[in-house]
Amino acid sequence: MIGVVFGAIASHWRRNRVQLAMLLVGLALATALWSGVQAINTEARAAYDQAARTLGQDHLARIVAKDAGTIPLGAYVALRRAGWSVSPVIEGSLRLSPEVGGGRVRLVGIEPLSLPDGARSINLGGNPALLRSTAPLFAAPQTATRLARTTPAPAPTQIDTTLPEGVAFTDIATAARILGRENPSFLILDAAGPPPGAALPTGLVLRPADPSADPAGLTASFHLNLTAFGFLAFAVGLFIVHSAIGIAFEQRRALMRTLRALGVPLHLLMLAMGLELGLLGLLGGLAGVGLGYGVAGALLPDVAATLRGLYGAEVPGTLSLRPVWWLAGLAIALAGTGLAGAQALWRLWQMPVLVSAHPEAALRTGARGLRLQALAGLSAALLGGAAGLWGEGLWAGFGLLAGLLLGAALILPMGLALALGAAIRLAHGVRADWFWADTRQQLPGLSLALMALMLALAANIGVGSMVASFRQTFDGWLDRRLVAEVYVTARSEAEADAMRDWLNPQVDAILPIWRAETMLAGQPGDVYAMADHATYRDHWPMLATAPDVWDRLALGEGVLINEQFWHRANLRLGAPVDLPGGALPVLGVYSDYGNPRVQVMIGLDQMAARFGDAPRTRLAVRVAPDRAPEIAQSLTQHFALPDDAVVTQAAVKAVSRAIFERTFTVTSALNVLTLGVAGVAMLASLVSLSAVRLPHLAPAWAAGIGRNALAGYELARMLALAALTFVAALPVGLALAWVLLAVINVEAFGWRLPMILFPADWLRLGALALLAAGLAALWPAYRLARRPAADLVKVFSNER
Amino acid sequence: MNDNPTRRAALLGLAAATLGSPYPVAAQGFAGLGQTADGFALPDPAYRMHFPADHGPHPDFRIEWWYLTATLHTADAMPCGVQWTLFRTALAAGEADGWHSPQLWMAHAAVTTPTRHLFAEKLARGGIGQAGAQASPFTAWIDDWHMTAKKPAQPHISGHDALDALVVHAGSAHFGYDLHLTAQGPLIAHGQAGHSVKSGAGQASHYYSQPFYRVEGRLQIGGAEMAVSGDGWLDREWSSQPLAPDQTGWDWFALVLADGTRLMAFGLRDGGAGYTSGTWITPDGQATALANGALSLAALAHSRVADRQIPTQWRLRVPARGMDVVVTALNLQAFNATIVPYWEGPVDLTGSHLGRGYLEMTGYD
Repeated sequence: MIGVVFGAIASHWRRNRVQLAMLLVGLALATALWSGVQAINTEARAAYDQAARTLGQDHLARIVAKDAGTIPLGAYVALRRAGWSVSPVIEGSLRLSPEVGGGRVRLVGIEPLSLPDGARSINLGGNPALLRSTAPLFAAPQTATRLARTTPAPAPTQIDTTLPEGVAFTDIATAARILGRENPSFLILDAAGPPPGAALPTGLVLRPADPSADPAGLTASFHLNLTAFGFLAFAVGLFIVHSAIGIAFEQRRALMRTLRALGVPLHLLMLAMGLELGLLGLLGGLAGVGLGYGVAGALLPDVAATLRGLYGAEVPGTLSLRPVWWLAGLAIALAGTGLAGAQALWRLWQMPVLVSAHPEAALRTGARGLRLQALAGLSAALLGGAAGLWGEGLWAGFGLLAGLLLGAALILPMGLALALGAAIRLAHGVRADWFWADTRQQLPGLSLALMALMLALAANIGVGSMVASFRQTFDGWLDRRLVAEVYVTARSEAEADAMRDWLNPQVDAILPIWRAETMLAGQPGDVYAMADHATYRDHWPMLATAPDVWDRLALGEGVLINEQFWHRANLRLGAPVDLPGGALPVLGVYSDYGNPRVQVMIGLDQMAARFGDAPRTRLAVRVAPDRAPEIAQSLTQHFALPDDAVVTQAAVKAVSRAIFERTFTVTSALNVLTLGVAGVAMLASLVSLSAVRLPHLAPAWAAGIGRNALAGYELARMLALAALTFVAALPVGLALAWVLLAVINVEAFGWRLPMILFPADWLRLGALALLAAGLAALWPAYRLARRPAADLVKVFSNER
Repeated sequence: MNDNPTRRAALLGLAAATLGSPYPVAAQGFAGLGQTADGFALPDPAYRMHFPADHGPHPDFRIEWWYLTATLHTADAMPCGVQWTLFRTALAAGEADGWHSPQLWMAHAAVTTPTRHLFAEKLARGGIGQAGAQASPFTAWIDDWHMTAKKPAQPHISGHDALDALVVHAGSAHFGYDLHLTAQGPLIAHGQAGHSVKSGAGQASHYYSQPFYRVEGRLQIGGAEMAVSGDGWLDREWSSQPLAPDQTGWDWFALVLADGTRLMAFGLRDGGAGYTSGTWITPDGQATALANGALSLAALAHSRVADRQIPTQWRLRVPARGMDVVVTALNLQAFNATIVPYWEGPVDLTGSHLGRGYLEMTGYD
């Protein structure tokens, strides 16, 4: 019996294949974007977990050389013999040959016998090939493949899927051989800490465990961003599914009634409908998860580059298939189908057996319905506003966003109805009257698709404005922040002194870059010394300053702080900043985009007094810009420096901009995809509507409007609605941009960006929206134009 | 003569467990000790020991140890025991500089009282100075644990030797000790001039001892520190393949009898009759090797230790010397749950002779 009922219900799809395709495409797209984003996030989180466990960096202290050089082997042995539980690591970078795309891999040589238990997540200790200078390099699949193909091959390579990408682990003897040095780069201190009463010899310092080395905390905001986008796309996709299911149900009202009249019990009918929904959900979900895998695979390399650039977090550029992720994708597809189909099932449940069916009736939402929906939208917007006003943290920001978008989407149909009402009043002539009135009558059937379009457009405007504002601000900031023409890193303080002597007669100025790490307001941060020089006075990107800021800074009367610190610690000018050796007041705030850490700048004398131990190995060199490459080259040659020791301003800027561009590749891609989904939503609605539109059009045709003209009106109607929707989306998008720049970014990254408007971009987007709407309307219009006149005549004969 | 099976076990264990030896342990003797000695030097019956040179390491041999056990008592007469062992194992014969050295070092320290057994383990690689041994002036060390000759060496009964006066230190979070060792007799070579055979098939090691130490020192257990004194016994042994492939473990005794006689005795188990060996050492240092079968060992009682059955009471007979004693563990749970686990603890003697000593048992799974 259920088979017969199911067959009868499902026969609908055989006759409405396009509708079926729309439903499945909508479902697949919604699932694809959602699960694609989830796949990226899952992959990244797995990579963070791995990286955080690497050598126990997050919870084990290290001993490093004060001058940032290596630790003499004798000093390591002396510490061991004095009872210190330390384990040596020789670390360096391994240059890859151009055949494998160049670049570097971090080579980490561990000493398995002394490695503390807390650092043993990298468990190479059980490997028979270790403890020798001929040990293989252990690396994650991609890194291993590149290492194996680079020439000359440094050592045999072995794949170890438990390792993070970008790093190769091996025995310390092998690392010593490859890197050509015996001295450890640093020592890992066992959780037990130093032996009682022991002190480190001069030249070595203890660096406490760095919980922020765990990039999961820093990157949370980035992933939350992605998740929000994935969810937005999913919601847009569900609009399609909902409208397709709703229309399919309405079209089958007559069938349902017949079946019920024939004695099919309601629960059986419900079961058959549920079964159908489940099957559709499963099909669409499977396609969606497959598609999502493709989306994630395509986006992941950019995400990986972004995370590496912004947070120093290594994420593999390839995706691994995780069963959990497949199941989650299917589950959300089924849940979405259920959600979208709930209304249809509810209507079936409520349907009186003997009332005649009016397929189009359900598509009409009365004025009261519109008002209710608008009211709900207003409430959503108010709730969002409340979250933004009184909530805290990133989630409040997203609450504000969600309220804004949902509210605007719900209010849209009411707004459009009002606009169309005005158009009707302003229209002259019968045809114009009919056109606008008919457009308004279609509004309920199209409103879901238009809401989806508005969400997509608003997201595009908002995110586009944010990215463009960011790009412009960032470029200007780079120019001010990177003033020196050449940046140099020496291997020791002695070498830095020698460089200074060598450079002095050839350049305009040499400014020290002197950095120490300390805890700032409870989090690990950096303290930099700032020389009193016109370079900084003229260019430094200050956001807020006290009077005489530069003179007072040079006199040691205060500090400059970066914007991140300013926001996180909620400081004001003049507020004291706790530093080793006593607090100093804030004299100014500067912008510091792209830096996840809090930062303080103090005068040279204060630095010497408070952080005298900090290594002085980096220099900024002022020289005529055209001489910079030459100075960089001769410096490298004269001191036989490694390639990365000297960088020019141009190179730093190029790298910074490249990182920036990749940062927003993902957002832009998701943006375009969301717009695509909205286009499909419109197409789906129009195709579904065209089936029930004939009774509306037949009288107009009978009154003398030709089929071609009717088709033209259909096209024009869609374009008019899209244009109105775009106009509505514009303020919503700008509000979204403001929330992103002034709320989300501040919470997520710690900096606020000025909002810059780019009207040309809006025009382009408006044209795109019209194009999408036009394309979506084209096919139904074409079908209408080719419709046999007999179909239109039949409307009158079949009239119920 | 004999050797100390546990030590080898531990040593080979280092190779087997840490390096993931591909050899199935059961088929290749305990802890892989039955492996062939590719590239390594083999014990030579014609070799004659030279001191102080032979107190230092022999890197061409695969395994070697400096193995001290001491039966002590505290000032209030509580019996206790101490173990300090440094093992050397080589991944390849010979020595190389720095990180490239193929030599690995492992050390065990333990303290046993009637109610407690505490142990600690250390691992280090050779070549960089973190662990090692040198003949003259004598020192053997790993991290902050060491066994070092006092300067100047003090005169004693049978001439001067670099090992005559030693200070020994080891410690962990839970226990520690500092001991002063003074030899009261000469070095003893086991087997034939120090060539100690381990099986009917001819497996052997170079093996000598200093069994005549007088020990004074201090012991810390938990927060408590106590003065201790008693007898100490140092074994030195090196080889490349001391066990036959079918030998699965051993029971080794180092005993100090009430009259000052020392007895080293061991039995290697192979599923058949086994192989025994020993050395009878008179109080004035005259040593006589006990050939295979000249002594007999029989387990009298087993205890449940670390999830396995281990014989903690033995009957030991040396008929030619009129010796028939029962050997009983001071603490049944004297088990070192180290990378290669084994039982090692002080024992008491009753029967034809009274005395104390150390018992080591390996290969009980």
